[in-house]
Amino acid sequence: MDTVISVASLLCLLLGSFLCLSGGVGILRFPDFYTRMHAVGVTDTLASAMILMGLMLQGAEANVVIKLIIILLMTLFINPTASYALAKAAMYSGLKPLLNMQKSKRG
Amino acid sequence: MRHTLILALLLAVFWLLISGHYTLLMLSLGFASILLVISISNKMDSVDQAHQPVYLSLSLCRYHLWLAKKIIVANIMVVKHIWLGNQSITPSLARLIMGPKTDLGKVICATSITLTPGTVVVDVTGNVFTVHALLRENIQDLQTGEMDSLVSRLEC
Repeated sequence: MDTVISVASLLCLLLGSFLCLSGGVGILRFPDFYTRMHAVGVTDTLASAMILMGLMLQGAEANVVIKLIIILLMTLFINPTASYALAKAAMYSGLKPLLNMQKSKRG
Repeated sequence: MRHTLILALLLAVFWLLISGHYTLLMLSLGFASILLVISISNKMDSVDQAHQPVYLSLSLCRYHLWLAKKIIVANIMVVKHIWLGNQSITPSLARLIMGPKTDLGKVICATSITLTPGTVVVDVTGNVFTVHALLRENIQDLQTGEMDSLVSRLEC
């Protein structure tokens, strides 16, 4: 049973790390501010969820697990608010999103 | 009065879960802090239905499960396009008219859209949501109105 849980924890952590890495690559790769925000979305949601779940499975006591769950919920509530504030600020200060990628032939 | 009691109960449960120390000193400190928070919230006039939508809880659970599934699918899609590169994305901006009437409904709707990778709400004016999407298909997916009708059902 212990082995099953450690392997599950390991898989969660590995998957979370891969998603974090992908988010980072996306930030560097995507062409403009708004598309980069989508890449950050990956790190914000599934990546952090996977890493926190992997930590919960590390045989910690109930107290710690509850705190990790609360951290996860807080992340999921606060991140969209911050993203919205960022996007709105960018839009109102006149940053135009890059549309029609096929025509501009960038990247 | 009922809302004050609910708030006190929620705060007490939260405090007990977080603290983990059950000595007399710690418990009385927790009691004092709950009283302080309640008196401040009363002064701020923020103890009412709208600030503690406890009545939402059950249907909200079902909604969260649906949203979790959505988020996982969207994550896989975005990661795929990150590794496929810039040629594969079609960034688009659209104005969508959403159903929710109350402020709470609008917040749930906008937060859900932003939480799903691939779509970000840029602006909300009345019922018009300006959404930026990584792919044109994301916008079409939102236009089918599945999320819209689910959130509208949560409201009543």
